[in-house]
Amino acid sequence: MRMQDHSPSIPLAIDLRGISKSFGAVQANKDIDLRVPAGTIHGIVGENGAGKSTLMSILYGFYEADSGEIYINGKLTQIRNSTDAIAAGIGMVHQHFMLVENFTVLENIMLGAESGALLSGSIADASTEVMRLEEAFGLQVDLQARIDEIPVGQQQRVETIKALYRGARILILDEPTGVLTPQEADQLFEILRSLREQGVTVIIITHKLREIMDLTDNVSVMRQGQMVAHVKTSDTSKEALAELMVGRKIRMDLDKTPAIPKETRIEIKDLGLVDAQKIRRLDALSFEVHAGEIVGIAGVSGNGQSELLEILSGMRSCSEGEIRINGLTITPQQTSDPEEIRHAGIAHVPEDRLKRGLIPRFSASESSILGYHNSPDYNGTILTKAAAIKNHCLHLMQRFDVRPADPDLKSANFSGGNQQKLILAREMDPQPKVLLIGQPTRGVDIGAIAFIHQQIISMRDQGSAVLLVSGELDELISLADRILVMFDGRIVGEVQAEEADERTLGLMMANAHSTEEKEATHV
Amino acid sequence: MSSTKQPLPAWADILLIPLINLCIAFAVSSMIIYLIGENPLEAFKVMIEGAFGTSEGLGYTLYYATNFIFTGLAVAIAFHAMLFNIGGEGQAYIGGLGVAIVLLALDQTLPFWALFPLALIAGMLFGAAWAAIPAYLQAYRGSHIVITTIMFNFIAANLMVYLLVNIFIVPGSMTPESRVFSEAAQLPFMHEILGWLGITISESPLNLSFIVAIVVSILFWIYVWHTRWGYALRAVGFSESAATYAGIDPKKIIMVTMLISGGLAGLAGLNEVMGVQHKLMLDFVAGYGFTGIAVALMGRNHPVGIILSSILFGALFQGGAELAFEMPSISKEMVFVIQGLIILFSGALAYMSKPWLEKLFSLFASKKHSETEVD
Repeated sequence: MRMQDHSPSIPLAIDLRGISKSFGAVQANKDIDLRVPAGTIHGIVGENGAGKSTLMSILYGFYEADSGEIYINGKLTQIRNSTDAIAAGIGMVHQHFMLVENFTVLENIMLGAESGALLSGSIADASTEVMRLEEAFGLQVDLQARIDEIPVGQQQRVETIKALYRGARILILDEPTGVLTPQEADQLFEILRSLREQGVTVIIITHKLREIMDLTDNVSVMRQGQMVAHVKTSDTSKEALAELMVGRKIRMDLDKTPAIPKETRIEIKDLGLVDAQKIRRLDALSFEVHAGEIVGIAGVSGNGQSELLEILSGMRSCSEGEIRINGLTITPQQTSDPEEIRHAGIAHVPEDRLKRGLIPRFSASESSILGYHNSPDYNGTILTKAAAIKNHCLHLMQRFDVRPADPDLKSANFSGGNQQKLILAREMDPQPKVLLIGQPTRGVDIGAIAFIHQQIISMRDQGSAVLLVSGELDELISLADRILVMFDGRIVGEVQAEEADERTLGLMMANAHSTEEKEATHV
Repeated sequence: MSSTKQPLPAWADILLIPLINLCIAFAVSSMIIYLIGENPLEAFKVMIEGAFGTSEGLGYTLYYATNFIFTGLAVAIAFHAMLFNIGGEGQAYIGGLGVAIVLLALDQTLPFWALFPLALIAGMLFGAAWAAIPAYLQAYRGSHIVITTIMFNFIAANLMVYLLVNIFIVPGSMTPESRVFSEAAQLPFMHEILGWLGITISESPLNLSFIVAIVVSILFWIYVWHTRWGYALRAVGFSESAATYAGIDPKKIIMVTMLISGGLAGLAGLNEVMGVQHKLMLDFVAGYGFTGIAVALMGRNHPVGIILSSILFGALFQGGAELAFEMPSISKEMVFVIQGLIILFSGALAYMSKPWLEKLFSLFASKKHSETEVD
């Protein structure tokens, strides 16, 4: 597996030899070799915790390797911090952008790389250089716009320009498409291809195999801290990569029969929400969800999906409209709370499992009754029934194959996928009439995703009404029976699942008509 | 993954760190004692013997410890809900006022067995009431509880001066004190209780409140870890957003927890007013409320830890007094310095040594790991 085929005539931009790094007893990177020929796009895939980010952090100087050597452009290079990395021509675009929101684009680009003590000179220098970069790589951004005024896709361009401005010839992108619409992602890929043409080497970390197949020249697969394969993208397939990542064959298709919708379980009429800052979050939302169907909500995050889930689960009250959910009526005057909602047979798998879904510092058994902690099943008159709680947790763990099946282990010490399975088990176990799910597989490893999807479908088949909010279009298309698209707090479109494809959904998510005009004036 | 540190094993966290902190505090204290020309070892011997060597000394140590258990538990329960109650001092003071009001009003009419529970409840209620206003301001108005509880300490102190000088003072007396309660309104001393059982020990202020403190500690443990209310309390402390998701109202939990916290602090007033002084007087709280913060920190907010660290602080108070008496060159102020150092190192700087220990432990762990790897 170690052998890589690349023609010796192409110089290596990056050559890592025997990189190892441990954190205490955990070996995050074990004897890793990686060779990236100059002027190529190289993908690194692997499940969560496979060690991809650690490896890139070593390359960018956040961590120092315990052993191993780094050769940049054929030269042995010591990278102790990010200054060393920048000096070696390495730039990184982080998953979470490192931008000052109330600075302009230009100010962000020159931040930390000013040419003198006085700003005026730096600004002039920087703007000429940045214009040149924009020209050369087709990276159009309005330099005078403030960061918080431009869309995420553009913010990412700013990050890219920032790296290039500092002279990067090797660009590392960590999960770059997580926050982008499919169209924005396509634009990013165009930019990356044009960078490649100019001789820039690109390393992209992603868990989306489709992107790897579209974009990269070579792929390296990591599993449990080790490199398990280096392959030419043209010689491999999504299925083969997934198998390499997980280490066993996995099924990516789902057993899903057409939905048989029955009575209405959620009925929303003219729902509106204006938040404490007087900003409108939801605007005249109306739709229904029936028993026995999965309704998906698509949209770029921050367009009101989270608020919708919060209102339906009772965590927040609405400002306008009316909701009937499994016999319960909620209006701005007649508010409800999460406990009442739960009693009415509505379960909620929250979007953010570490902030809401469980309590990281609670034991698994304590987290396994979160929201149901007042139930007589777990309480005597005064004392809690420790044994009953533990048994319940074990039951959930067995039913959803949570590993390790240890109710006393702290919730934080489970992997993301197992935490999510525990939450899903907790919410699905009482056989809810309505199931609200936010981001069911965010940060969950591939092996667990198929299992979670199958469970959601089986809840539908048992007659639950399922409302599914997800940022993954693949997921919505394969799970949902109908997909509603949200933009700016409104529903801007509805698509039957069998007619849905990423392109039409993506256009709706970006609310195509208005933004396409904007794009036109920009370019 | 993102951190090179490993969590410490539980025993190191609970035992090793407090011990290391104590050693540092004693080392620094030794240097100071050495600098003023006394033998540090001799000084510590005097302190330890003074605190534990005689039944009288032990009695005093446990009497101080009683106050620290109450105020320590008060800080701890608030801390489990992520609230920092600095107002134990004022709550204990006002708690004592509640005890005194009940006893002054009823000590001529009711027998001890009726007065005791009434005084106990009054102490808790008054302490709780004093915590209620900062709690309300925190929960519903967003004022920070640290600020408001500190303010309320000052308000309590001045209120008590006013009440004692103008209302409770014995007519014609020059000292701002209430009259002494009747026999029926005094908690039996431990030397009396043991005397009834035929065991003779020297006289000390240690009284029935100590038993109350132990019982309350057990109730604390049950409440926090073995009831659904404690579950809700800890849920809010760990993650307010997850608690909201679970249908727990953080505002309600803040109110309830602060009321309990104030009530616990108020019991220190029971020990002082009904147990020792047998009258209402100025400044009987004497910093016990503040020391409770260090006690709770050192005791890791767990009743067992709080009892142990209360005894340690009790020993410091008692042994320190003995030291000032035995070694004239070590003044009372010097003893405060030593107490202050211990509070500093085991309270304020409680986690100072943690990063180093974690590094040390992960070093050992990785060594072990690589050894097994080689095998």
